[in-house]
Amino acid sequence: MSPRFATFAIAALGLLAAGLPFIGLTVPGLFEGPLNSPGTLNLLGLCFVFGALALTYDIVFGFTGLLSFGHALYFAVGVYVTAIALVRWHWSLPQALALTALVALVLPLALGAVCLRVRDIPFAMVTLAFAEAASILVLQNPYGLTGGEEGLALGSGVLPAGLIGVANTAHLYWIATGVLAATGAIGWWAVHSPPGRVWQAIRENERRVAVLGLNPYAYKLASFVLSGFLAAVAGVAYLLLQGGANPQITTANFTLVLLVMVVLGGVGTLWGAVIGGIVYEYLDFRLLEFSNGSGLQDLPAVLRVPLSEPLFILGVLFIVLVLFLPGGLGGLLRHVPRRLPRPSG
Amino acid sequence: MTGATPALSVAGLGLRIGGVSIVEDVSIDVPPGEFLVIIGPNGAGKTTLFNLLSGVARPTAGSIALGGRDITHAAPYVRARLGLGRTFQTSTIFAGLSTLENVRLAASAALGTSARAWHLADHEAAPLARARRALADVGLGGRENIHAALLSHGEKRKLDLAILLCTEPDVVLLDEPTAGMAVEDVPEMVRLIASIHRDQAKTVLMVEHRMDLVLSLADRMAVMHHGALLAIDTPDRIVANETVQTAYLGDPL
Amino acid sequence: MSTIVLLLVTGLGLGALYFLVAAGLSLIWGLMRVLNFAHGAFFTVAAYAGFFAATALPASPWLQWFVGLLAGILAGGVFAVLTEIILIRPLYRRPVGQVLVTVGLALATLALVEGAFGSDPRQVTLPDWMNATTTLLGAAIPNTRFVVLLLAGLVLAGLLFFLQRTRYGLIVRAGVENRSMVSALGIDVERAFTLVFAIGGMAAGLAGVLGATYYGTIDPSRGTTMLISAFIVVVIGGLGSITGSALAAAIVGLLQQFLNFYAAAGVGDFAVVILLAGVLLLRPGGLLGGPAT
Repeated sequence: MSPRFATFAIAALGLLAAGLPFIGLTVPGLFEGPLNSPGTLNLLGLCFVFGALALTYDIVFGFTGLLSFGHALYFAVGVYVTAIALVRWHWSLPQALALTALVALVLPLALGAVCLRVRDIPFAMVTLAFAEAASILVLQNPYGLTGGEEGLALGSGVLPAGLIGVANTAHLYWIATGVLAATGAIGWWAVHSPPGRVWQAIRENERRVAVLGLNPYAYKLASFVLSGFLAAVAGVAYLLLQGGANPQITTANFTLVLLVMVVLGGVGTLWGAVIGGIVYEYLDFRLLEFSNGSGLQDLPAVLRVPLSEPLFILGVLFIVLVLFLPGGLGGLLRHVPRRLPRPSG
Repeated sequence: MTGATPALSVAGLGLRIGGVSIVEDVSIDVPPGEFLVIIGPNGAGKTTLFNLLSGVARPTAGSIALGGRDITHAAPYVRARLGLGRTFQTSTIFAGLSTLENVRLAASAALGTSARAWHLADHEAAPLARARRALADVGLGGRENIHAALLSHGEKRKLDLAILLCTEPDVVLLDEPTAGMAVEDVPEMVRLIASIHRDQAKTVLMVEHRMDLVLSLADRMAVMHHGALLAIDTPDRIVANETVQTAYLGDPL
Repeated sequence: MSTIVLLLVTGLGLGALYFLVAAGLSLIWGLMRVLNFAHGAFFTVAAYAGFFAATALPASPWLQWFVGLLAGILAGGVFAVLTEIILIRPLYRRPVGQVLVTVGLALATLALVEGAFGSDPRQVTLPDWMNATTTLLGAAIPNTRFVVLLLAGLVLAGLLFFLQRTRYGLIVRAGVENRSMVSALGIDVERAFTLVFAIGGMAAGLAGVLGATYYGTIDPSRGTTMLISAFIVVVIGGLGSITGSALAAAIVGLLQQFLNFYAAAGVGDFAVVILLAGVLLLRPGGLLGGPAT
């Protein structure tokens, strides 16, 4: 893709995404209702949120080479800190968002500072352990804050009127679209900035970066914090779209799912991750509908049981992808020779 | 030896791992501008010595000073900022980035612009100019936009050198810069190294296996054997030295 | 006093389960540098295999239990060997790819087990003696704790013997010390890779059945919890060190039990992670590991 074409394509897609709530078309097979129906807008909004989340993971994993297994934690910060401030403490939305922003900066900074003392697989294990601790904390429902397994519904009266109710789904959809656009813009800028180039160099060869006179630790921490913060922003959008917090998004499995999204789309390209996130959420949703549908009931158990588990299908798909298509779905489109000059020069 | 502060000073340097001595009691003073070649059979501890000097490994004994300043416990990046640059025995370019990006990173690091998150790397003029100059210096001017992984082996070694030059170090550690190069590429590499030493007045320490290459380059030669420094002297006298003869030159090269 | 003894034995029993899972993880990581996310799946599959093998057999409870134990070990070992041959081996030169396929396998297996057998816990029938308690220093201790501890101790001894006295054990130790030596050993290495997966899978399988014995129930998600605890144990103990894993497993199990009892439920789990952070800050290589690499 030439840069000009890419710019044009992104602008066109952006316009289309923004204008979707005004389009009453039905796309048979792809979506249940018309494009501007609340159900479709909500699904698309969730897809965009996961696209943004996958992109933030691509910054830390794909561009910096840090195999973090604790990324779900920062998404959960966006979801839970906002929800607790709104529901339990009855703060206003701006106040809740300010607190979330603070936590979303401080927590990845503190945990990253510890985790980055080790590399590679130990790093992966340690990030996982911290995320798991947070997950335990959420499930324990300390001081009745998190709602434990029940989660935390936003309920009535905690959000401004324009963000509540099926009639206002378009507003939430726009928020999700905006989050994806902003995350994309910030992510693009970050990886094209001088520190972003250092991240990629660290991914290639950390020791060489150090003998150039750069402190890899500081750059890795910056990547960790930026991606953590942006993940929390995606978490806020998720909370609004879902109308509540649920503990599933804090579990280790959710981080693994996140990894699946990024690898599904292709690592280290940003847009590949976005596609992976969107496709994953869409598949997950549709597969669930499919498995609850009547079509499967007639099948013998040997087929019915596996097919009615979206995570089984995605897990197998993921294995096949890793074994046979290392570049992810994005790699299919990129199968042009790799020696073409990269746009960045 | 001159009375000036040595560019690099090593005193009693040692590394023991699990009771085995890898580097033992090495002391060298390298005056500014000297070209010192370190030779020795495989496993003599040459690369480990470089790892200790550049901070990639930490010594268990002795001290290292760069321009009179103690760097024994400094992190690798701190040493680099103080003017110590190195290459590795196997090329350690950034394979996934373009040739230009490889050197631009180094230039940006040396110019202190690497942390400018509010800029776009492509719009930074100073690192770009320095990067292009370094590529031209090593003869890779026409290969800017190639993926570094796709360069030939000889080109990768040159790129390694260009990355090093971009950081404008005072003291340069070269670990077998011609290792694995095609025979016809070697003379050019040697010329390149000689010109770096001459034109940019760097202090150079170079590990090399092939005696024929280094006799013309070296001001002094150091011979390592079993982790210890066997002799350090002018090339003529090293060649004439009997201990060295038996320990090293007698070995098939 | 009796509470302390009870917590001590129970904590050590929990640690024994962690150790059985962690030992395989640690060996696999040490020799192959593969972080095996499917290790929890070995645990889960073995637990269900043991359960069904035992219930299918019209025999005495003791024989059932024993058959279940063997079936679990076998299931864990076979599953692990298949994983190594089919998924890990084709990806030798892609370490991240190896981690990723085990992630996919973990997700798919968990989903499949849940789909087939439901996500609710199932009650396990145990021999009467195992449902009883033995009084030790005034504390009534469930007999299952002793079973778990005894078998984990045997595994620890067996593993140490394997590592120090056998040819493949030597290869494994050499590999943990120095990766480049491994590739220099040629064909034996491939066998050693399969072997550590088999051993790791069997240990995880044993843990799966012993987990069912310890808790009295099986459910699909315990494997994941075990896996994460085992990760923590491996890092605290030092990657690749079996004795380190055993020591760390005991510490982690005891810490969890005591704090969950004396402070509040969940505090123990949380404290373990804090301990992990502390170990990393002070000794990045783990308690019995070398310097961090």
